[in-house]
Amino acid sequence: MNILVCISKAPDTTTKISFTDGDTKFNEDGVQFIVNPYDEWYALVRALELKEAQSGKVTIVSVGGADYEPIMRKALAIGADDAVRIDAQPTDAYQVAAEISNYAKDKGFDLIIAGKETIDYNGSQVAGMIAAIMDLPYVSNAISLEVDGATATLERDKQGGTEVLSASTPLVISAAKGMAEQRIPNMRGIMAARTKPLQVVPASGADTLTETVSYELPPAKGDVKLIDPENMEELVNLLHNEAKVI
Amino acid sequence: MNVLVFADSENGKVSKAAFEASTYGAKIAADNGGSATLLTYGNLNEEALNELASYGITNILHSSSISEMDPMQLARLTAAAADSKQCDVIIFSHDYTGKSVAPIVAAKLQAGLVTGAIDYPSTGDDFVVKTNVFSGKAFANVKINTAKKVLTLLPNSVSKQKQEASANVEAFSADAGAASVQVKEFKAEGGDGINLTEAELVVSAGRGLKGPENWGMIEDLAKELGAATACSRPVSDIGWRPHHEHVGQTGIAIRPNLYIAAGISGAIQHLAGVNGSKVIVVINTDPEAPFFKAADYGVVGDAFEVVPRLIEAVKSFKAAQA
Repeated sequence: MNILVCISKAPDTTTKISFTDGDTKFNEDGVQFIVNPYDEWYALVRALELKEAQSGKVTIVSVGGADYEPIMRKALAIGADDAVRIDAQPTDAYQVAAEISNYAKDKGFDLIIAGKETIDYNGSQVAGMIAAIMDLPYVSNAISLEVDGATATLERDKQGGTEVLSASTPLVISAAKGMAEQRIPNMRGIMAARTKPLQVVPASGADTLTETVSYELPPAKGDVKLIDPENMEELVNLLHNEAKVI
Repeated sequence: MNVLVFADSENGKVSKAAFEASTYGAKIAADNGGSATLLTYGNLNEEALNELASYGITNILHSSSISEMDPMQLARLTAAAADSKQCDVIIFSHDYTGKSVAPIVAAKLQAGLVTGAIDYPSTGDDFVVKTNVFSGKAFANVKINTAKKVLTLLPNSVSKQKQEASANVEAFSADAGAASVQVKEFKAEGGDGINLTEAELVVSAGRGLKGPENWGMIEDLAKELGAATACSRPVSDIGWRPHHEHVGQTGIAIRPNLYIAAGISGAIQHLAGVNGSKVIVVINTDPEAPFFKAADYGVVGDAFEVVPRLIEAVKSFKAAQA
């Protein structure tokens, strides 16, 4: 089984967010970048588990500049077999999805898996767009995945519960918490990752359909109003008369 | 500019998010000299359809041939409905169904997509939509450069506005193609049915509660308030609470009017899921807990003493209101 895992670069979850250039650019100064957790913990690790159980190959793909290579090496250290970097600055989800689809269309992947969203833009867009462009079935927010021959059985999050469903491969999946457990790369993996193939391919020049014109930070919170723990009547009173939420 | 609103349904019921999306779509249409059409599917009775008709919508298209959430079929149905009513803007709720179907519709129509919109778009020379980014730590204003536009609206971002029901309901069918997924089983998550992402009031607790057997008071407080219950990540990871209650960066993001957190320190990853809340109350024994910096009201005290007192205070308040 050949699996393509889409990997995005994201700022570490503890990053303090700020902007530059008149609030039009994310300030990357001092920011530590990581593999987007949904892509790593769930999509990549489940792909590796399936490969280990059934043989095959796990390829990772990213759309990005040379600055993507450290996080791609990390994904190789966790166990991916090879990596493809499509050489373009990622600017919107449609462009990224179109570039990945263009790369993947004649490679015969059985599964294409991405995390359910990135933790920076939180778009939940790329995987569904790949499915649309490649005209493949799509299962989003999947929390489990088994594959038997050409049939995948999945569980997905849905309003009010979860749903068990099946679909035929080739298939596009977005992975959510529960699909696998995080794997920490070991020294052998890290050493092996240095020599695993990381191929750079030219971009096809896909269109971008949206652009971010500015960023804003939420207004600063006022100081917390402390309430005497003995006096919960006061808290209820404030929630009703001041905050007007009950 | 005509607008199409996609409304999800679940077991014959329509969600509050669908009414918000209707209100949102109807206003965008009205402000831009168009009308709003609503598309829904599945087994909906007349009462549910009439309720959907009460939020400024002009036409309701109801497809009864699709009953499962098959993203490919729903995307084809949506594209066909948008085409039949000449809609340039398509609105989904930012829920599991919307997140699944909207990207497919956008890519098929080569329409720019903004997910998680939190306010009405500016529709002057440019169509710019404000959305949550960095897990709620910032907002982005995103311009859509295509004639056709697709948006998903974050629940609790606009208030639904009921009007005289006036929509015309018509059966709608289109070639949605073969089923791409086969649904075998739905596992309801149980509980008393207050949907966490749509809840206006949420009571949440964390490791400070020391064990799952101590959640009774959290459920009691939620019940008194008519709130949904939530929890922090460690608590769902160790299985004290079900995974669908986990709010935070890797769980779900919510924006209720009131979020009460007991025994949660407020790590940045937890705040990412709740900092869209309008009012935050934090109950913690540690006055240095980082959550107090994000809180509107703070109670430095032991949850095991404070929460029961709060339950009594809420009961007295409700009794006085009645």
